[in-house]
Amino acid sequence: MTQKQLRIKINGDTYLMYEGQSVLEACRSAGINIPNLCYLEGVSRRASCGICVVEIEGARTLVRSCVTPIREGIEIFTNTGRVRKARHTNIKLLLANHPRNCLECDKNRQCELQKLSDDLDVRDTSYPKIRKKHYDIDASSPSLTRDHEKCILCARCVEVCSQVQSVDAIEIAERGMEAHVSTFFNKGLDASECVNCGQCLLVCPTGALMAKHETGSVWKAIDEPGRHVVVQAAPAIRAAIGEEFGFEAGMPLTGTLAAALRKMGFDRVFDTQFTADLTIIEEGNELISRIKNKGVLPLITSCSPGWIRFAETFFPKLLPNLSTCKSPQQMFGTLAKTYYAEKMNIDPSKITVVSVMPCTAKKFEARRPEMNSAAEYWRNKGRRLPGGTRDVDSVITTRELADMIRESGIDFARLTGEKFDEPFGISTGAGTIFGATGGVMEAALRTAYAELTGKSLKDLNLKAVRGMGGVREASVDINGLTLKVAVAHGLKNAREVMEQVSKGKSPYHFIEIMTCPGGCIGGGGQPVPATTDVREKRIKAVYSEDESMPLRESHKNPAVIALYDEFLKEPLSGVSHSMLHTEYSRRDLYPGI
Amino acid sequence: MSPEDLISRSAEKHGRERKNLIPILQDIVRENSYLSEEAMVSVARELDISPAEVYGVATFYSFLDTKPLGKNIIRICKTIICYMHGQDEVIRAIEDRLKIKLGETTPDGEFSFLPTNCIGHCHKGPAMLINDRVYSSLTPETAVRAVEEYI
Repeated sequence: MTQKQLRIKINGDTYLMYEGQSVLEACRSAGINIPNLCYLEGVSRRASCGICVVEIEGARTLVRSCVTPIREGIEIFTNTGRVRKARHTNIKLLLANHPRNCLECDKNRQCELQKLSDDLDVRDTSYPKIRKKHYDIDASSPSLTRDHEKCILCARCVEVCSQVQSVDAIEIAERGMEAHVSTFFNKGLDASECVNCGQCLLVCPTGALMAKHETGSVWKAIDEPGRHVVVQAAPAIRAAIGEEFGFEAGMPLTGTLAAALRKMGFDRVFDTQFTADLTIIEEGNELISRIKNKGVLPLITSCSPGWIRFAETFFPKLLPNLSTCKSPQQMFGTLAKTYYAEKMNIDPSKITVVSVMPCTAKKFEARRPEMNSAAEYWRNKGRRLPGGTRDVDSVITTRELADMIRESGIDFARLTGEKFDEPFGISTGAGTIFGATGGVMEAALRTAYAELTGKSLKDLNLKAVRGMGGVREASVDINGLTLKVAVAHGLKNAREVMEQVSKGKSPYHFIEIMTCPGGCIGGGGQPVPATTDVREKRIKAVYSEDESMPLRESHKNPAVIALYDEFLKEPLSGVSHSMLHTEYSRRDLYPGI
Repeated sequence: MSPEDLISRSAEKHGRERKNLIPILQDIVRENSYLSEEAMVSVARELDISPAEVYGVATFYSFLDTKPLGKNIIRICKTIICYMHGQDEVIRAIEDRLKIKLGETTPDGEFSFLPTNCIGHCHKGPAMLINDRVYSSLTPETAVRAVEEYI
């Protein structure tokens, strides 16, 4: 069906636009920018900020272009004195209640409100503050902080949490001057349904939502004499870090990333892709074993910590479906303080493990009480590590890493590419694609196929599980077994798939779920902006990186093979279970109610 | 009737769609005088929406109270018309008489003194409600006398 076209006028010029478009969308397609602070393409049109106002011929008042549909013959004016004056006034009203301590703000120079005030030449902030009620900063979450003072009530966070993630942890409470974004009874994010994904902070136009910072503890470890600081970088970092340094989105910068980490002063520069490969071996074998032994199916991936918390909160009955595999980040932390420490003869209490993750939920994951297998390992050997030892000590986001690179005085764009260190820097293309939605599934199928048939897939590119469709499915024939799989990204899509499992109507053997739209490359720790277009470019970078790798199947990773020979013995062995696997528990919200 | 019974009966009566949220909350307030955390979580489960959303709606409306209140509820209009007619002096007079601030409940549980949005008596401001009765064109003196009717 072809969409009806409408003839409209913008600033005197005639355009043909599609029926159903808003004035804002039509203006943007015509190359005319309409500033705004609350509209979010495909997600939110709350029309709360009042910045996108335009004049319409014949209309008595200015209209908010984000919620005004175009009609045949409409005449729009975006650049009149009246429009400029109204935008000025509306920004000044927002600034009246907004703190002016930009230097102290994490969003300094990346703040949409700050940029827009500058773009629209608003210099006069003489309106008095009228918002009187004060709310304390919500720092309860290990991943995020919320500062009501900086909030302009655009409600993008509320819409993303609801429309994209179906988590609904936050809503606007009270009204008028007292209105504020709130969890249930203002109990704080950590006591709410929040899964720590950070999609809210990616769309926050101010510094009201921020990731918890851990750069201080990382510098402290690097600076401490005698401390052996190892860093692991997740697959999705290399596909996005360039955006922080002026590169176009979609430029894979693996070698540059390794070089920068080394120059910053880390003692060993490792790659989470190594443990991504390892995850595939363990999870692939778990899948085969569940199919052969009639275990609980579908098996569902477990590497995305926001998804894990989502399942623990909303689908506790289906926790047995989750793979018991720890995420690559946590496998890495455990192995660094056990196998690696022994192999290199380093005192495990002197090792600090730092993760660079595209993810705010990874900060939460590293703090889960059960994530201290290394301490357990050494205790069984009669050695006590210092109290509070975690497998992963600090988790920094891509943005925090960029800050640290800048602070180090490293000219990122001019670095010559280097390699990751051995042994945990060796990886395959299967590990790389963990960063994109569908990647874990594709990597697992490459290995499961080889495991069951003894030979590699003819075409390693399993295009059926790639792309940005919310839920994608595929069937793969392996030795007479038709393996049915599904991939979902974004928790709203995950919920749909899980409700099917809940009803016992899921036709799949294996499901991959990623918390964030696009997978890890779209994580809450990634550079801003993270529009759909940017996410798609990062995904392209991930697959091009995969194609350039000499090895593209996890089971061919020589360092993983050596790890099994020297330490783990075989997949799903006793050692594997105590080191690489974990368990989940239901999360009862609002206890006692 | 237990709170759960009340909520499920009310949901049965009004329906379990999002649009039925307010009538259900009104039923609970009518029966229990306020919306407790427990009640809001139950309603959220009954309608399959999030507790944060129920909380957002409950705190938006002045007449959906979210904490326990006194026996008599004084609601004074806080909007601009009543403000321009001397609402401030009236508030101060009632605060002095009851020895509590606006938004508080007397220690003996006899009175709660709350601000409310427009109650439709703009032409005779300042206006207030005590329980379901309207008092308008108030002065500090008439307001105190109205309160004293309930002591």
